[in-house]
Amino acid sequence: MKKETVGLIYIAPWILGFLLLTAWPILTSFYYSLTDYSLARVGQTPAFLGIQNYVHLFKDQRFLDSMRATLVYTVFTIPFQLAFALFVAFILNFKLKAINFYRTAYYIPSILGGNIAVGVLWRSMFQPEGLVNIFLGIFDFDPINWLSTPVGAMIVLILLKVWQFGSSMLIFLAALKEIPQELYESSSLDGASKWRQFVSITIPLITPTIFFNLVMQLNNAFQEFNGPFIVTGRGPLNATYLSSMFIYDKAFKEFDMGYASAASWVLFALIVSSTLILFASQKKWVYYSDGGGK
Amino acid sequence: MDTVPVISDKKKGHRKMVQSMIRYVILTVVALIMLYPIIWMVGASFKSNSEIFTSIGFIPSTIDFQAYIDGWRTKGDYTFTLYFINTFQYVIPKILFTLVSSTITAYGFARFDFPFKKVLFSLLMATMFLPQVVTRIPLYLFWNRLDLLDTYVPLLANSFLGQEPFFVFMMIQFIRSIPRDLDEAAIVDGCSSFGVLWRVMIPALKPALISCVIFQFVWSFSDFLGPLIYITSQDKFPVSLALRLNVDPSTNTPWNQVFAMSVISLLPAIILFFSAQKYFVEGVTSSGIKG
Repeated sequence: MKKETVGLIYIAPWILGFLLLTAWPILTSFYYSLTDYSLARVGQTPAFLGIQNYVHLFKDQRFLDSMRATLVYTVFTIPFQLAFALFVAFILNFKLKAINFYRTAYYIPSILGGNIAVGVLWRSMFQPEGLVNIFLGIFDFDPINWLSTPVGAMIVLILLKVWQFGSSMLIFLAALKEIPQELYESSSLDGASKWRQFVSITIPLITPTIFFNLVMQLNNAFQEFNGPFIVTGRGPLNATYLSSMFIYDKAFKEFDMGYASAASWVLFALIVSSTLILFASQKKWVYYSDGGGK
Repeated sequence: MDTVPVISDKKKGHRKMVQSMIRYVILTVVALIMLYPIIWMVGASFKSNSEIFTSIGFIPSTIDFQAYIDGWRTKGDYTFTLYFINTFQYVIPKILFTLVSSTITAYGFARFDFPFKKVLFSLLMATMFLPQVVTRIPLYLFWNRLDLLDTYVPLLANSFLGQEPFFVFMMIQFIRSIPRDLDEAAIVDGCSSFGVLWRVMIPALKPALISCVIFQFVWSFSDFLGPLIYITSQDKFPVSLALRLNVDPSTNTPWNQVFAMSVISLLPAIILFFSAQKYFVEGVTSSGIKG
């Protein structure tokens, strides 16, 4: 058998899967987004509407609320999460004893974070009589109604996500290990402080890793569902009504497939365009030592 | 720029020690704060409901397994025995499918040339960044048309056809690190391409395969949105959906039972993590897996 056909045989299942479960759904979802298609009405087939769904979306207060909540959530989550991950990785990188212990401790929330059990736990912790208020009570703070104020509920969700900084931290840690020790030693001789070294040696050398984590976490945060769905539901006043939940409600509770597809395309466009902007910005701030892409 | 202060060795050593002390203190305090909720939850699962929200301490006044027994039985028609069986009914096949399809696909991409390879490979990479949200609705309609809603098929299809780009990518990275000389030697010895995969690749890929098993286990075990969309009959619910039944906001939540079942549902991941820590770390760092 020719070697060329052999390779194709091995990837044939993937090609089939790609066409059936990825490419075709993307195309049809765009088509559905231009139609009126409700599963709730028996026997309905998609009826072409043009861009009407999109026009409606941008007049739909609930959708606009969900977009705002998603943006707030993403914009506040990512910097904190990455800064925290990098900070901990930086400290762990000082040849500490017990590094394995700390690495484990910090990684556990990332392993467990997607589990509904953690969402349930957070929900209980931020009840008016929950663990967090008991803790604050020790310092004589009045109990806070975390989940019933818009800002409080959003803070709870952001904390939940930032708490799961473990995998970004591991990726940072691996990158920090690659930095040649001599660079630090020679700058120490020049009298540079640890902070100065961090800013002028560490950060520039790991910009590719920062970039990678940024892209992955952005994609992740824009689509976040599990935690917020369990912890806050949608409220209060739609303050934590993330787009993924809006799409879920429209598609799988109201079965308004055309409208929901349009909403998912708006979110999709938002994610893709911010990813593309990041890729385009690479030239400005990401430093590749070998001059090529990652 | 500051001038370099001249410090004696002794003083320098002293300062170093203080610095590293500070580091340990910060790391320990932060780690404790981060893990405390989980530790507290384990303690709370043994407490009585009236005791749970009275103190910040996690040690229960008496150890009582009643919450575990009642929580497991649930107030509904089904017990957690069924929910666990249901979960494993799709988690185990999903892991096996992922192993096979990702290895085969990765082998094809890493070791062979074929027409349009570059294009296909970029498509594979693109799917890694593809927001799943955009395919969800058409896939639902697709499974609806095939009359496969409320079965585990929609949850398994992706893994069956290699549509788990993270695992495929991880395998490709690992296969690339295996020297080609090994393949060639095996071919000289009369191995077919499948023989190379079976005799050379699989043994060398063992760490990657283990990483793949544990990540897929943790992810599919805790998957919530998939079952939420596709599984509607309660007798088919996996653990993740069953847990949510417990926290009905309209009723008085028996928190100790909820916590007991939460602890049990976290247990598999925790045990797996501690027994295979090395593979988690390797998996994350070699492919930059999500989190």
